Amino acid sequence: MQVSRDKLLEAYRSMKTIREFEERVAKEFATGDLPGFVHLYAGEEASAVGVCSHLVKSDQIISTHRGHGHCIAKGCEVGPMMLELFGRKGGLCGGKGGSMHVADLSQGMMGANAIVGGGPPLACGAAMTAKIKKTGGVAVTFTGDGGSNQGTTLESMNLASVMQLPVIFVFENNGFAESTAANWSVAGGDIVRRAEAFAMPGVQVDGTDFFAVHEAAGEAIDRARKGGGPSLIEVTLTRFYGHHQGDNQSYRTPDEVRNARESRCPLVNFRRRVTEASLLDAAELDAIDREILDQMDVATAAARAAPWPDAAEVLTDVYVTY
Amino acid sequence: MARKLSMRQAINEAMHQEMERDESVIVMGEDIMGGLGVDWLEGDAWGGTQGTTKGLGPRFGRDRVIDTPISESAFIGAAIGASTTGMRAIVELMYVDFLGVCFDQIFNQAAKFRYMFGGKAECPVVVRTQIGGGFSAAAQHSQCLYPIFTHIPGLKCVIPSNAYDAKGLLIEAIRDNSPVIFFEHKKLYDAETEVPEESYTLPFGEAGILREGGDVTIVALARMAHMAMEAAETLAAEGIECEVIDPRTTSPMDEDTILESVENTGRLVVVDESYPRCSMGADISSMVAEKAFDSLKAPIRKVAPPHTPVPFSPPLEAAYLPDAARIADAVRAVARHGS
Repeated sequence: MQVSRDKLLEAYRSMKTIREFEERVAKEFATGDLPGFVHLYAGEEASAVGVCSHLVKSDQIISTHRGHGHCIAKGCEVGPMMLELFGRKGGLCGGKGGSMHVADLSQGMMGANAIVGGGPPLACGAAMTAKIKKTGGVAVTFTGDGGSNQGTTLESMNLASVMQLPVIFVFENNGFAESTAANWSVAGGDIVRRAEAFAMPGVQVDGTDFFAVHEAAGEAIDRARKGGGPSLIEVTLTRFYGHHQGDNQSYRTPDEVRNARESRCPLVNFRRRVTEASLLDAAELDAIDREILDQMDVATAAARAAPWPDAAEVLTDVYVTY
Repeated sequence: MARKLSMRQAINEAMHQEMERDESVIVMGEDIMGGLGVDWLEGDAWGGTQGTTKGLGPRFGRDRVIDTPISESAFIGAAIGASTTGMRAIVELMYVDFLGVCFDQIFNQAAKFRYMFGGKAECPVVVRTQIGGGFSAAAQHSQCLYPIFTHIPGLKCVIPSNAYDAKGLLIEAIRDNSPVIFFEHKKLYDAETEVPEESYTLPFGEAGILREGGDVTIVALARMAHMAMEAAETLAAEGIECEVIDPRTTSPMDEDTILESVENTGRLVVVDESYPRCSMGADISSMVAEKAFDSLKAPIRKVAPPHTPVPFSPPLEAAYLPDAARIADAVRAVARHGS
């Protein structure tokens, strides 16, 4: 699949923004100033961006507890996201959601979701809306290897298939559900094999390869838009951090992450591919890198300086209070 | 003569009128039409297990009247997802007892979106579900689990006791932008009242005063409202005048009507078909004890089933369910207290 120069630049910018956002969040979290807990998406960028680069604003996605990447890939702004993670006024959810619930419905981002397997039924619903209203829209649910074993997910695959809904089930298999290895927890080995059981096309792609994800997602999304029903994409990748920040990762060998950063980095792979093929040049990528680092400085400083939400906000947006 | 409808017909009419009025309204669930996949069938084989959705499919088509596989998490979640993206789904959880296989989508998803996303999401879904005993349907098809939903911020809970209320409250629920759980007592489906043909709404959070009286206040929901009325008739013959209040919605709860009545009578009996612990009976009792303590002339009495699963055998179920006689006993006890 040919990808235009503009699309390539946009994809790189999006992936790099995700990476630097997560690296910055890791740093800020270590200071103790970020409330709650965070699950970082570094290492998985090509999945979110490879898929979302085919989507328009009115298409819907739903994410997981590891949701920052999907938010950025779908168009959520970094500044309000950082404010939200710091729990400050002006955050994308007014400080009422936090890292695990970042959402922006106006961008077609139905939320990070802290219930494993919570998203697939909701994505089926968004796909139903598109189908009933005949908008040509699609819904994408990002789920992990852990979520692939939830009943909600399997029920949703069945529902999507019998109703021929325009929904794409993206399984980001990073090898671990929290600390439990997917090669133990996923019966049958590869998640992609489950597609056949639900009579939908399925493909497994290398999540360090933006182009592979992009191509697979393009086919699935195009099929869904044309009324061809749901598809499954299993994206194999490696998370560069633990399940959450603070995870001692004693279930991984000391070299595993270091090696992954060297050999399984979607950004390094992307840069090598586009520069070797003379599609983009290193200098313009470097310029984007600098711009994004500046953007993170600004977002972080703004979040640290922002006021807390008003206490009265506790009682708003809940329909009925006593 | 004014027209009478059963609660089943009133619910059916409410959905017909709202689907006619607003094409974003869809209805989904198991066997809503029935017979899906049987090629030679035409029309709706069932129209829901209780016939409440009969006729919707033939009128509005399968795009808007959607039969689903038995997979409550997936299709209730889908109704919630659709309602968050522009539809108004009325989804049927056949029996409230089945909430165990879909509760996450209701209490962690639908109930949370608006708050958790800082007011940027709405989820105008209605979950219709059957409650209540009286049919020997046993432990997994007879429960009254509305206190569990009432406990959750972000949900509204509606529990009609008659056909007139059911129609007005269901139309209100469909037009409301919040997730609403609409509980239908299966013993009340055939009960008839006068129901206007035209569309109308009844506001949430406004209790109905079914009977006025100055001696004892009885608060009762759904089928228990009828039991309370029966008890009140018996007691009137004995010279005890009861005020019977049907809250109609447990979230929002009309506290004022109950408090005003208790301030007048000084005596309260709360009747609740749900389990006695952490129930609506317990909730209303605590509210009155907290806010109208000085008005009380007697301890509050709760009439509820024992804290057991619902039994199957008819005499066991009869022993389990509150009835007019037990309510009357409780009222006599509080009426006698201190006199």
